[in-house]
Amino acid sequence: MNTMIKPGVVIRRNKRWLVLSLAPVAVFFLVLSGFPVLNLLGLSFFDVEWREGAAEFNYIGLENYHRLFLEETIYWAGVRNTLVFAVTVVTCQMVLGFSMALAVKRAGSVGRTILTGIFLLPIVIPPIVIGTMWRLVMGREFGLANTLLRWFGLNEVDWLGNPDIALASVMFVDIWHWTPFVFLLMLAGLESLDEEVLDAARLDVTGFWQEVRHIVLPLMLPTILITVIFRVILSFKVFDEVYLLTSGGPGTATEVVNFSIYRTFFRQDQVGYGSAMSVVTLFAIALTIILARGVLARRRNAEEAE
Amino acid sequence: MTLRRTSGRVAANVLVWGYAAMILLPTLWVLSNAFKYKIDIITGATLSPVTWSNFEQLLFSRQSQFLWNLLNSAFVAVSSTAIVIVIATMAAFTLGRLRVPGWVRWPILGWALLFQMLPTLTFVGSWYVMWSAIGLHGTYISVILTHVVHNLPMGLFLMLSFMSALPHEIFQAARMDGCSNSQMFWRVAFPLVRGGMIAATALIFIFSWSDFAIALTLTSPATMTAPVAIATFAQEYDIRYGEMAAGTLLSIVPALILILVGQRFIVRGLLAGAVK
Repeated sequence: MNTMIKPGVVIRRNKRWLVLSLAPVAVFFLVLSGFPVLNLLGLSFFDVEWREGAAEFNYIGLENYHRLFLEETIYWAGVRNTLVFAVTVVTCQMVLGFSMALAVKRAGSVGRTILTGIFLLPIVIPPIVIGTMWRLVMGREFGLANTLLRWFGLNEVDWLGNPDIALASVMFVDIWHWTPFVFLLMLAGLESLDEEVLDAARLDVTGFWQEVRHIVLPLMLPTILITVIFRVILSFKVFDEVYLLTSGGPGTATEVVNFSIYRTFFRQDQVGYGSAMSVVTLFAIALTIILARGVLARRRNAEEAE
Repeated sequence: MTLRRTSGRVAANVLVWGYAAMILLPTLWVLSNAFKYKIDIITGATLSPVTWSNFEQLLFSRQSQFLWNLLNSAFVAVSSTAIVIVIATMAAFTLGRLRVPGWVRWPILGWALLFQMLPTLTFVGSWYVMWSAIGLHGTYISVILTHVVHNLPMGLFLMLSFMSALPHEIFQAARMDGCSNSQMFWRVAFPLVRGGMIAATALIFIFSWSDFAIALTLTSPATMTAPVAIATFAQEYDIRYGEMAAGTLLSIVPALILILVGQRFIVRGLLAGAVK
Protein backbone atom coordinates (compact mmCIF):
# COMPACT_ATOMS: atom_id res chain seq x y z
CA MET A 1 0.00 0.00 0.00
CA ASN A 2 2.99 2.26 0.32
CA THR A 3 4.29 1.76 -3.17
CA MET A 4 3.65 5.39 -4.05
CA ILE A 5 5.59 6.74 -1.08
CA LYS A 6 9.36 6.97 -1.10
CA PRO A 7 11.20 5.03 1.64
CA GLY A 8 12.74 8.24 2.99
CA VAL A 9 9.29 9.66 3.65
CA VAL A 10 8.25 6.52 5.53
CA ILE A 11 11.33 6.71 7.74
CA ARG A 12 10.63 10.34 8.53
CA ARG A 13 6.98 9.54 9.30
CA ASN A 14 8.00 6.66 11.55
CA LYS A 15 10.32 8.94 13.48
CA ARG A 16 7.55 11.49 13.79
CA TRP A 17 5.27 8.81 15.28
CA LEU A 18 7.89 7.91 17.88
CA VAL A 19 8.16 11.51 18.97
CA LEU A 20 4.44 12.28 18.87
CA SER A 21 3.40 9.15 20.75
CA LEU A 22 5.87 9.60 23.58
CA ALA A 23 5.86 13.38 23.87
CA PRO A 24 2.56 13.79 25.80
CA VAL A 25 3.61 11.30 28.47
CA ALA A 26 7.07 12.85 28.72
CA VAL A 27 5.64 16.38 28.97
CA PHE A 28 3.15 15.41 31.70
CA PHE A 29 5.87 13.67 33.69
CA LEU A 30 8.36 16.50 33.29
CA VAL A 31 6.03 19.40 34.01
CA LEU A 32 3.73 17.93 36.68
CA SER A 33 5.91 15.41 38.46
CA GLY A 34 9.57 16.09 37.68
CA PHE A 35 9.44 19.86 37.99
CA PRO A 36 7.49 19.72 41.31
CA VAL A 37 10.41 17.83 42.87
CA LEU A 38 12.79 20.64 41.85
CA ASN A 39 10.20 23.19 42.90
CA LEU A 40 9.94 21.66 46.37
CA LEU A 41 13.72 21.54 46.64
CA GLY A 42 13.90 25.24 45.73
CA LEU A 43 11.07 26.30 48.04
CA SER A 44 12.64 24.45 50.95
CA PHE A 45 15.37 27.11 51.15
CA PHE A 46 12.85 29.91 51.57
CA ASP A 47 10.53 31.28 54.15
CA VAL A 48 7.29 32.02 52.34
CA GLU A 49 4.81 34.48 53.72
CA TRP A 50 1.40 35.28 52.31
CA ARG A 51 0.55 38.97 52.26
CA GLU A 52 -2.73 40.03 50.70
CA GLY A 53 -2.83 37.02 48.43
CA ALA A 54 0.73 37.45 47.17
CA ALA A 55 3.64 35.33 48.29
CA GLU A 56 6.78 36.90 49.71
CA PHE A 57 9.93 34.83 49.52
CA ASN A 58 12.86 35.23 51.93
CA TYR A 59 15.95 33.11 51.35
CA ILE A 60 16.92 31.45 54.62
CA GLY A 61 19.38 28.77 53.46
CA LEU A 62 19.20 25.52 55.37
CA GLU A 63 17.17 26.86 58.26
CA ASN A 64 14.07 24.81 57.40
CA TYR A 65 16.15 21.62 57.46
CA HIS A 66 17.85 22.70 60.64
CA ARG A 67 14.46 23.17 62.24
CA LEU A 68 13.11 19.88 60.87
CA PHE A 69 16.00 17.78 62.13
CA LEU A 70 16.72 19.53 65.43
CA GLU A 71 13.56 21.17 66.70
CA GLU A 72 10.65 19.30 65.17
CA THR A 73 8.81 16.70 67.27
CA ILE A 74 5.42 16.11 65.60
CA TYR A 75 6.87 15.07 62.22
CA TRP A 76 9.20 12.53 63.84
CA ALA A 77 6.35 11.13 65.94
CA GLY A 78 4.63 10.75 62.56
CA VAL A 79 7.65 8.92 61.11
CA ARG A 80 7.61 6.52 64.05
CA ASN A 81 3.86 5.93 63.71
CA THR A 82 4.14 5.45 59.95
CA LEU A 83 6.78 2.75 60.42
CA VAL A 84 4.80 1.00 63.18
CA PHE A 85 1.71 1.29 60.98
CA ALA A 86 3.44 -0.16 57.90
CA VAL A 87 5.04 -3.12 59.69
CA THR A 88 1.89 -4.01 61.64
CA VAL A 89 -0.70 -3.71 58.90
CA VAL A 90 1.37 -5.49 56.26
CA THR A 91 2.19 -8.39 58.61
CA CYS A 92 -1.47 -8.84 59.53
CA GLN A 93 -2.62 -8.52 55.92
CA MET A 94 -0.10 -11.07 54.70
CA VAL A 95 -0.88 -13.65 57.40
CA LEU A 96 -4.65 -13.24 57.05
CA GLY A 97 -4.65 -13.00 53.26
CA PHE A 98 -2.32 -15.95 52.79
CA SER A 99 -4.23 -18.18 55.24
CA MET A 100 -7.54 -17.45 53.57
CA ALA A 101 -6.07 -18.03 50.10
CA LEU A 102 -4.55 -21.32 51.23
CA ALA A 103 -7.85 -22.46 52.74
CA VAL A 104 -9.78 -21.60 49.59
CA LYS A 105 -7.15 -23.20 47.32
CA ARG A 106 -7.19 -26.47 49.26
CA ALA A 107 -10.82 -26.80 50.19
CA GLY A 108 -12.61 -24.64 47.68
CA SER A 109 -15.34 -22.26 48.67
CA VAL A 110 -18.97 -21.86 47.80
CA GLY A 111 -20.07 -18.90 45.71
CA ARG A 112 -16.68 -17.79 44.36
CA THR A 113 -18.11 -15.04 42.14
CA ILE A 114 -20.15 -13.44 44.91
CA LEU A 115 -17.25 -13.84 47.30
CA THR A 116 -14.84 -12.10 44.92
CA GLY A 117 -17.41 -9.35 44.44
CA ILE A 118 -17.64 -8.75 48.18
CA PHE A 119 -13.85 -8.84 48.55
CA LEU A 120 -13.46 -6.25 45.79
CA LEU A 121 -15.78 -3.86 47.59
CA PRO A 122 -13.21 -2.29 49.97
CA ILE A 123 -10.69 -2.08 47.12
CA VAL A 124 -12.85 -0.05 44.75
CA ILE A 125 -14.94 2.19 46.99
CA PRO A 126 -13.33 5.59 47.69
CA PRO A 127 -11.01 5.53 50.74
CA ILE A 128 -12.76 8.60 52.08
CA VAL A 129 -15.99 6.60 52.15
CA ILE A 130 -14.21 3.87 54.12
CA GLY A 131 -13.04 6.51 56.57
CA THR A 132 -16.56 7.89 56.89
CA MET A 133 -18.02 4.43 57.40
CA TRP A 134 -15.62 3.49 60.16
CA ARG A 135 -15.94 6.87 61.81
CA LEU A 136 -19.64 6.09 62.12
CA VAL A 137 -19.07 2.48 63.18
CA MET A 138 -16.49 3.52 65.78
CA GLY A 139 -18.47 6.55 66.90
CA ARG A 140 -18.63 6.81 70.65
CA GLU A 141 -22.36 7.09 71.21
CA PHE A 142 -24.30 5.76 68.25
CA GLY A 143 -21.60 3.63 66.62
CA LEU A 144 -22.24 0.02 65.69
CA ALA A 145 -19.16 -1.20 67.59
CA ASN A 146 -20.25 0.25 70.91
CA THR A 147 -23.88 -0.74 70.36
CA LEU A 148 -22.72 -4.33 70.01
CA LEU A 149 -20.54 -4.07 73.12
CA ARG A 150 -23.50 -2.75 75.10
CA TRP A 151 -25.65 -5.63 73.90
CA PHE A 152 -23.19 -8.04 75.42
CA GLY A 153 -23.14 -6.00 78.62
CA LEU A 154 -19.58 -4.73 78.11
CA ASN A 155 -18.23 -1.24 78.63
CA GLU A 156 -18.11 1.03 75.61
CA VAL A 157 -14.74 1.96 74.17
CA ASP A 158 -13.62 5.34 72.85
CA TRP A 159 -12.10 3.80 69.73
CA LEU A 160 -10.79 6.99 68.12
CA GLY A 161 -10.49 9.32 71.10
CA ASN A 162 -8.37 7.24 73.47
CA PRO A 163 -4.66 7.82 72.69
CA ASP A 164 -3.80 4.25 73.65
CA ILE A 165 -6.29 2.74 71.22
CA ALA A 166 -6.58 5.26 68.38
CA LEU A 167 -3.59 4.04 66.33
CA ALA A 168 -4.74 0.43 66.69
CA SER A 169 -8.20 1.45 65.48
CA VAL A 170 -6.76 3.18 62.41
CA MET A 171 -4.55 0.16 61.72
CA PHE A 172 -7.57 -2.10 62.05
CA VAL A 173 -9.38 -0.11 59.35
CA ASP A 174 -6.37 -0.38 57.03
CA ILE A 175 -6.06 -4.14 57.63
CA TRP A 176 -9.79 -4.50 56.93
CA HIS A 177 -9.31 -2.39 53.78
CA TRP A 178 -6.36 -4.20 52.18
CA THR A 179 -6.47 -7.84 53.34
CA PRO A 180 -8.92 -8.73 50.52
CA PHE A 181 -6.41 -7.40 47.98
CA VAL A 182 -3.61 -9.54 49.44
CA PHE A 183 -6.00 -12.49 49.47
CA LEU A 184 -6.76 -12.09 45.75
CA LEU A 185 -3.05 -11.75 44.87
CA MET A 186 -2.13 -14.79 46.97
CA LEU A 187 -4.97 -16.88 45.55
CA ALA A 188 -3.93 -16.00 42.00
CA GLY A 189 -0.36 -16.97 42.92
CA LEU A 190 -1.40 -20.28 44.48
CA GLU A 191 -3.59 -21.16 41.54
CA SER A 192 -0.78 -20.54 39.08
CA LEU A 193 1.50 -23.05 40.83
CA ASP A 194 2.19 -26.13 38.76
CA GLU A 195 -0.06 -28.99 39.97
CA GLU A 196 2.33 -31.67 38.74
CA VAL A 197 5.22 -30.22 40.70
CA LEU A 198 3.00 -30.03 43.77
CA ASP A 199 1.83 -33.63 43.39
CA ALA A 200 5.36 -34.93 42.93
CA ALA A 201 6.58 -32.99 45.96
CA ARG A 202 3.68 -34.25 48.08
CA LEU A 203 5.11 -37.78 47.93
CA ASP A 204 8.04 -36.64 50.07
CA VAL A 205 6.17 -34.96 52.89
CA THR A 206 3.56 -36.00 55.37
CA GLY A 207 0.88 -33.75 56.73
CA PHE A 208 -0.55 -30.38 55.88
CA TRP A 209 1.91 -28.20 57.80
CA GLN A 210 4.96 -29.90 56.30
CA GLU A 211 3.49 -29.43 52.88
CA VAL A 212 2.90 -25.72 53.50
CA ARG A 213 6.32 -25.21 55.04
CA HIS A 214 8.48 -27.18 52.64
CA ILE A 215 6.59 -26.91 49.36
CA VAL A 216 4.03 -24.12 49.15
CA LEU A 217 5.97 -21.40 50.96
CA PRO A 218 9.22 -21.82 49.00
CA LEU A 219 7.32 -21.88 45.69
CA MET A 220 5.29 -18.82 46.66
CA LEU A 221 8.23 -16.86 48.05
CA PRO A 222 8.73 -14.59 44.99
CA THR A 223 5.03 -13.62 44.95
CA ILE A 224 5.02 -13.09 48.71
CA LEU A 225 8.14 -10.95 48.57
CA ILE A 226 6.78 -8.72 45.81
CA THR A 227 3.45 -8.34 47.59
CA VAL A 228 5.13 -7.41 50.89
CA ILE A 229 7.30 -4.75 49.25
CA PHE A 230 4.37 -3.40 47.24
CA ARG A 231 2.11 -3.20 50.30
CA VAL A 232 4.77 -1.64 52.57
CA ILE A 233 5.48 1.10 50.05
CA LEU A 234 1.78 1.73 49.48
CA SER A 235 1.13 1.85 53.21
CA PHE A 236 3.50 4.86 53.36
CA LYS A 237 0.81 6.62 51.33
CA VAL A 238 -1.79 6.45 54.09
CA PHE A 239 -3.65 9.75 54.39
CA ASP A 240 -7.37 9.72 53.57
CA GLU A 241 -8.44 7.47 56.43
CA VAL A 242 -6.27 9.24 58.98
CA TYR A 243 -7.59 12.62 57.82
CA LEU A 244 -11.16 11.50 58.39
CA LEU A 245 -10.86 9.21 61.39
CA THR A 246 -8.55 11.09 63.73
CA SER A 247 -6.69 13.91 61.93
CA GLY A 248 -3.54 12.64 63.59
CA GLY A 249 -4.92 12.94 67.11
CA PRO A 250 -5.47 12.63 69.94
CA GLY A 251 -2.17 14.40 70.56
CA THR A 252 0.24 12.72 68.16
CA ALA A 253 -1.23 9.23 68.69
CA THR A 254 -2.12 8.71 65.02
CA GLU A 255 0.11 11.31 63.38
CA VAL A 256 1.57 10.06 60.08
CA VAL A 257 4.10 11.83 57.83
CA ASN A 258 1.56 12.59 55.12
CA PHE A 259 -0.69 14.31 57.59
CA SER A 260 2.22 16.37 58.98
CA ILE A 261 2.98 17.58 55.47
CA TYR A 262 -0.65 18.44 54.83
CA ARG A 263 -1.02 20.33 58.09
CA THR A 264 2.20 22.29 57.63
CA PHE A 265 1.29 23.31 54.07
CA PHE A 266 -2.41 23.87 54.23
CA ARG A 267 -3.39 24.60 57.83
CA GLN A 268 -0.31 26.47 58.99
CA ASP A 269 0.59 28.02 55.61
CA GLN A 270 4.29 27.22 56.07
CA VAL A 271 5.15 26.58 52.45
CA GLY A 272 8.94 26.59 52.85
CA TYR A 273 8.95 24.35 55.90
CA GLY A 274 6.36 22.03 54.34
CA SER A 275 8.56 21.76 51.24
CA ALA A 276 11.54 20.73 53.36
CA MET A 277 9.36 18.03 54.96
CA SER A 278 8.19 16.87 51.54
CA VAL A 279 11.75 16.72 50.20
CA VAL A 280 13.03 14.65 53.15
CA THR A 281 10.05 12.27 52.94
CA LEU A 282 10.29 12.02 49.16
CA PHE A 283 13.97 11.13 49.11
CA ALA A 284 13.71 8.71 52.04
CA ILE A 285 10.92 6.77 50.35
CA ALA A 286 12.53 6.93 46.90
CA LEU A 287 15.69 5.46 48.42
CA THR A 288 13.66 2.68 50.05
CA ILE A 289 12.00 1.87 46.73
CA ILE A 290 15.29 1.79 44.83
CA LEU A 291 16.91 -0.43 47.49
CA ALA A 292 13.91 -2.78 47.48
CA ARG A 293 14.06 -3.05 43.68
CA GLY A 294 17.76 -3.81 43.99
CA VAL A 295 17.08 -6.64 46.43
CA LEU A 296 14.39 -8.06 44.15
CA ALA A 297 16.60 -7.84 41.06
CA ARG A 298 19.48 -9.51 42.88
CA ARG A 299 17.25 -12.38 44.02
CA ARG A 300 15.99 -12.84 40.49
CA ASN A 301 19.53 -12.93 39.10
CA ALA A 302 20.60 -15.42 41.76
CA GLU A 303 17.68 -17.65 40.85
CA GLU A 304 18.48 -17.50 37.16
CA ALA A 305 22.09 -18.38 37.88
CA GLU A 306 21.07 -21.54 39.74
CA MET B 1 -10.01 -38.86 55.09
CA THR B 2 -13.40 -37.80 53.78
CA LEU B 3 -14.31 -36.51 57.21
CA ARG B 4 -11.12 -34.47 57.36
CA ARG B 5 -11.74 -33.14 53.89
CA THR B 6 -15.29 -32.10 54.78
CA SER B 7 -14.19 -30.40 57.98
CA GLY B 8 -11.43 -28.61 56.05
CA ARG B 9 -13.99 -27.41 53.56
CA VAL B 10 -16.26 -26.14 56.31
CA ALA B 11 -13.36 -24.37 58.04
CA ALA B 12 -12.26 -22.70 54.80
CA ASN B 13 -15.75 -21.44 54.10
CA VAL B 14 -16.26 -20.20 57.64
CA LEU B 15 -12.99 -18.28 57.36
CA VAL B 16 -13.62 -16.52 54.04
CA TRP B 17 -17.34 -15.99 54.49
CA GLY B 18 -16.65 -14.72 57.99
CA TYR B 19 -14.37 -12.11 56.44
CA ALA B 20 -16.99 -11.33 53.81
CA ALA B 21 -19.49 -10.73 56.61
CA MET B 22 -17.02 -8.37 58.24
CA ILE B 23 -16.92 -6.39 55.01
CA LEU B 24 -20.67 -6.41 54.47
CA LEU B 25 -21.93 -5.83 57.99
CA PRO B 26 -20.50 -2.34 58.66
CA THR B 27 -21.06 -1.33 55.04
CA LEU B 28 -24.74 -2.24 55.06
CA TRP B 29 -25.21 -0.78 58.53
CA VAL B 30 -23.87 2.60 57.39
CA LEU B 31 -25.76 2.55 54.09
CA SER B 32 -29.02 1.62 55.85
CA ASN B 33 -28.77 4.93 57.69
CA ALA B 34 -29.40 6.65 54.39
CA PHE B 35 -33.02 5.47 54.57
CA LYS B 36 -33.66 6.34 58.21
CA TYR B 37 -34.84 9.44 60.04
CA LYS B 38 -32.23 11.03 62.26
CA ILE B 39 -34.14 10.11 65.41
CA ASP B 40 -34.07 6.42 64.47
CA ILE B 41 -30.34 6.54 63.73
CA ILE B 42 -29.59 8.11 67.09
CA THR B 43 -31.80 5.80 69.11
CA GLY B 44 -30.48 2.80 67.19
CA ALA B 45 -33.93 1.53 66.25
CA THR B 46 -33.56 -1.64 64.22
CA LEU B 47 -36.94 -1.70 62.50
CA SER B 48 -37.62 1.87 61.51
CA PRO B 49 -39.76 3.45 58.80
CA VAL B 50 -38.03 3.84 55.44
CA THR B 51 -37.63 7.39 54.17
CA TRP B 52 -36.21 9.09 51.10
CA SER B 53 -35.96 12.43 52.88
CA ASN B 54 -32.16 12.21 53.26
CA PHE B 55 -31.72 11.94 49.51
CA GLU B 56 -34.16 14.78 48.89
CA GLN B 57 -32.36 17.00 51.38
CA LEU B 58 -28.95 16.08 50.01
CA LEU B 59 -29.71 16.47 46.33
CA PHE B 60 -32.43 19.08 46.04
CA SER B 61 -32.30 21.31 49.10
CA ARG B 62 -31.06 24.86 48.54
CA GLN B 63 -28.28 24.61 51.14
CA SER B 64 -26.87 21.44 49.66
CA GLN B 65 -24.29 21.45 46.88
CA PHE B 66 -24.00 17.69 46.67
CA LEU B 67 -25.62 17.18 43.29
CA TRP B 68 -23.14 19.70 41.94
CA ASN B 69 -20.28 17.88 43.73
CA LEU B 70 -21.29 14.62 42.05
CA LEU B 71 -21.37 16.30 38.65
CA ASN B 72 -17.92 17.79 39.33
CA SER B 73 -16.60 14.34 40.23
CA ALA B 74 -18.04 12.85 37.08
CA PHE B 75 -16.68 15.63 34.87
CA VAL B 76 -13.18 15.48 36.37
CA ALA B 77 -13.05 11.67 36.27
CA VAL B 78 -14.35 11.39 32.68
CA SER B 79 -11.99 14.05 31.29
CA SER B 80 -8.87 12.93 33.11
CA THR B 81 -9.50 9.25 32.30
CA ALA B 82 -10.01 10.03 28.62
CA ILE B 83 -6.69 11.90 28.44
CA VAL B 84 -4.82 9.19 30.35
CA ILE B 85 -6.16 6.40 28.14
CA VAL B 86 -5.40 8.17 24.86
CA ILE B 87 -1.83 9.14 25.66
CA ALA B 88 -1.03 5.98 27.65
CA THR B 89 -2.23 3.70 24.84
CA MET B 90 -0.12 5.45 22.21
CA ALA B 91 2.96 5.52 24.42
CA ALA B 92 2.47 1.90 25.50
CA PHE B 93 2.34 0.81 21.85
CA THR B 94 5.56 2.62 21.08
CA LEU B 95 7.36 1.41 24.21
CA GLY B 96 6.03 -2.11 24.00
CA ARG B 97 6.18 -2.86 20.28
CA LEU B 98 8.65 -0.53 18.58
CA ARG B 99 12.37 -0.06 18.80
CA VAL B 100 12.94 2.90 21.12
CA PRO B 101 16.40 4.09 22.18
CA GLY B 102 17.25 3.12 25.77
CA TRP B 103 17.86 6.70 26.87
CA VAL B 104 14.22 7.44 26.02
CA ARG B 105 12.65 4.23 27.26
CA TRP B 106 14.22 3.77 30.71
CA PRO B 107 13.77 7.29 32.09
CA ILE B 108 10.06 7.15 31.19
CA LEU B 109 9.42 3.68 32.62
CA GLY B 110 11.70 4.15 35.64
CA TRP B 111 10.15 7.46 36.59
CA ALA B 112 6.62 6.08 36.08
CA LEU B 113 7.43 3.23 38.48
CA LEU B 114 8.98 5.50 41.09
CA PHE B 115 6.40 8.27 40.81
CA GLN B 116 3.54 5.80 41.16
CA MET B 117 4.89 4.60 44.48
CA LEU B 118 5.75 7.97 46.03
CA PRO B 119 3.13 9.39 48.40
CA THR B 120 0.80 11.83 46.67
CA LEU B 121 1.00 14.08 49.70
CA THR B 122 4.65 14.88 49.03
CA PHE B 123 3.57 16.47 45.73
CA VAL B 124 0.36 18.31 46.59
CA GLY B 125 2.15 21.25 48.18
CA SER B 126 4.10 21.89 45.00
CA TRP B 127 1.04 21.41 42.78
CA TYR B 128 -0.81 23.94 44.91
CA VAL B 129 2.01 26.49 44.58
CA MET B 130 2.42 25.89 40.83
CA TRP B 131 -1.27 26.15 39.92
CA SER B 132 -1.67 29.21 42.15
CA ALA B 133 1.32 30.88 40.52
CA ILE B 134 -0.35 30.78 37.10
CA GLY B 135 -3.76 31.65 38.50
CA LEU B 136 -5.38 28.29 37.81
CA HIS B 137 -5.80 27.02 41.34
CA GLY B 138 -9.39 25.93 41.98
CA THR B 139 -10.20 25.45 38.29
CA TYR B 140 -11.21 22.24 36.58
CA ILE B 141 -8.04 22.37 34.47
CA SER B 142 -5.78 22.13 37.52
CA VAL B 143 -7.60 19.13 39.03
CA ILE B 144 -8.01 17.30 35.71
CA LEU B 145 -4.39 17.68 34.58
CA THR B 146 -3.09 16.75 38.02
CA HIS B 147 -5.29 13.65 38.01
CA VAL B 148 -3.86 12.81 34.58
CA VAL B 149 -0.27 12.82 35.78
CA HIS B 150 -1.24 11.00 38.97
CA ASN B 151 -2.93 8.11 37.12
CA LEU B 152 -0.63 8.08 34.10
CA PRO B 153 1.83 5.46 35.48
CA MET B 154 -1.03 3.07 36.20
CA GLY B 155 -2.49 3.62 32.71
CA LEU B 156 0.92 3.20 31.13
CA PHE B 157 1.70 -0.08 32.90
CA LEU B 158 -1.77 -1.51 32.30
CA MET B 159 -1.68 -0.73 28.58
CA LEU B 160 1.91 -1.92 28.35
CA SER B 161 0.89 -5.31 29.76
CA PHE B 162 -1.95 -5.57 27.22
CA MET B 163 0.33 -4.47 24.33
CA SER B 164 3.05 -6.97 25.28
CA ALA B 165 0.50 -9.78 25.37
CA LEU B 166 -0.27 -9.38 21.64
CA PRO B 167 1.37 -11.97 19.38
CA HIS B 168 4.65 -10.90 17.83
CA GLU B 169 3.82 -12.37 14.39
CA ILE B 170 1.01 -9.92 13.65
CA PHE B 171 3.34 -6.97 13.93
CA GLN B 172 6.00 -8.71 11.88
CA ALA B 173 3.49 -9.43 9.15
CA ALA B 174 2.25 -5.85 9.19
CA ARG B 175 5.82 -4.57 8.91
CA MET B 176 6.44 -6.89 5.95
CA ASP B 177 3.37 -5.45 4.25
CA GLY B 178 4.98 -2.06 4.55
CA CYS B 179 2.91 -0.60 7.35
CA SER B 180 4.30 2.56 8.89
CA ASN B 181 4.33 2.97 12.68
CA SER B 182 1.12 4.94 12.78
CA GLN B 183 -0.63 2.49 10.46
CA MET B 184 0.49 -0.38 12.70
CA PHE B 185 -0.99 1.42 15.67
CA TRP B 186 -4.33 2.28 14.09
CA ARG B 187 -4.92 -0.88 12.05
CA VAL B 188 -3.25 -3.58 14.13
CA ALA B 189 -2.64 -2.66 17.76
CA PHE B 190 -5.64 -0.44 18.46
CA PRO B 191 -8.36 -2.92 17.38
CA LEU B 192 -6.66 -5.69 19.36
CA VAL B 193 -6.26 -3.87 22.67
CA ARG B 194 -9.75 -2.40 22.77
CA GLY B 195 -10.74 -4.87 25.52
CA GLY B 196 -7.69 -3.88 27.53
CA MET B 197 -8.51 -0.20 27.03
CA ILE B 198 -11.96 -0.76 28.53
CA ALA B 199 -10.45 -2.49 31.57
CA ALA B 200 -7.93 0.32 32.05
CA THR B 201 -10.62 2.97 31.56
CA ALA B 202 -12.79 1.42 34.26
CA LEU B 203 -9.96 1.23 36.77
CA ILE B 204 -8.60 4.70 36.13
CA PHE B 205 -12.07 6.21 36.26
CA ILE B 206 -12.49 4.66 39.72
CA PHE B 207 -9.11 6.02 40.86
CA SER B 208 -9.91 9.51 39.68
CA TRP B 209 -13.43 9.38 41.12
CA SER B 210 -12.05 8.19 44.50
CA ASP B 211 -9.21 10.68 44.78
CA PHE B 212 -9.30 12.78 47.91
CA ALA B 213 -5.87 14.35 48.49
CA ILE B 214 -5.59 16.16 45.15
CA ALA B 215 -9.21 17.31 45.08
CA LEU B 216 -8.96 18.47 48.69
CA THR B 217 -6.02 20.75 47.98
CA LEU B 218 -6.74 21.91 44.42
CA THR B 219 -10.51 22.45 44.25
CA SER B 220 -12.47 25.56 45.17
CA PRO B 221 -16.09 25.45 46.44
CA ALA B 222 -17.25 25.64 42.81
CA THR B 223 -15.17 22.69 41.61
CA MET B 224 -15.34 20.59 44.80
CA THR B 225 -15.76 16.85 44.15
CA ALA B 226 -17.93 14.38 46.07
CA PRO B 227 -15.20 12.85 48.31
CA VAL B 228 -14.19 16.30 49.56
CA ALA B 229 -17.83 17.15 50.24
CA ILE B 230 -18.32 13.90 52.19
CA ALA B 231 -15.24 14.65 54.30
CA THR B 232 -16.72 18.08 55.06
CA PHE B 233 -20.00 16.51 56.23
CA ALA B 234 -18.15 14.17 58.53
CA GLN B 235 -16.33 17.00 60.26
CA GLU B 236 -19.26 19.28 60.91
CA TYR B 237 -20.06 19.83 64.55
CA ASP B 238 -23.63 18.60 64.19
CA ILE B 239 -23.16 15.62 61.89
CA ARG B 240 -26.13 14.94 59.64
CA TYR B 241 -25.80 11.17 59.73
CA GLY B 242 -28.62 10.40 57.33
CA GLU B 243 -27.47 12.78 54.60
CA MET B 244 -23.88 11.66 55.04
CA ALA B 245 -24.90 8.03 54.58
CA ALA B 246 -26.94 8.98 51.53
CA GLY B 247 -23.93 10.81 50.06
CA THR B 248 -21.74 7.81 50.78
CA LEU B 249 -24.21 5.54 49.01
CA LEU B 250 -24.36 7.77 45.93
CA SER B 251 -20.57 8.06 45.73
CA ILE B 252 -20.01 4.30 45.66
CA VAL B 253 -22.46 3.71 42.80
CA PRO B 254 -19.71 3.67 40.11
CA ALA B 255 -17.74 1.12 42.14
CA LEU B 256 -20.81 -1.08 42.58
CA ILE B 257 -21.65 -0.97 38.88
CA LEU B 258 -18.06 -1.89 38.07
CA ILE B 259 -18.11 -4.89 40.40
CA LEU B 260 -21.39 -6.11 38.93
CA VAL B 261 -20.42 -5.63 35.29
CA GLY B 262 -16.68 -5.97 35.12
CA GLN B 263 -15.45 -8.13 37.96
CA ARG B 264 -12.98 -9.92 35.72
CA PHE B 265 -11.64 -6.62 34.42
CA ILE B 266 -10.86 -5.30 37.89
CA VAL B 267 -9.14 -8.46 39.06
CA ARG B 268 -7.05 -8.58 35.88
CA GLY B 269 -6.22 -4.89 36.02
CA LEU B 270 -5.30 -4.92 39.68
CA LEU B 271 -3.11 -7.98 39.24
CA ALA B 272 -1.39 -6.46 36.20
CA GLY B 273 -0.79 -3.26 38.14
CA ALA B 274 0.45 -5.00 41.25
CA VAL B 275 3.02 -7.43 39.96
CA LYS B 276 4.89 -4.84 37.88
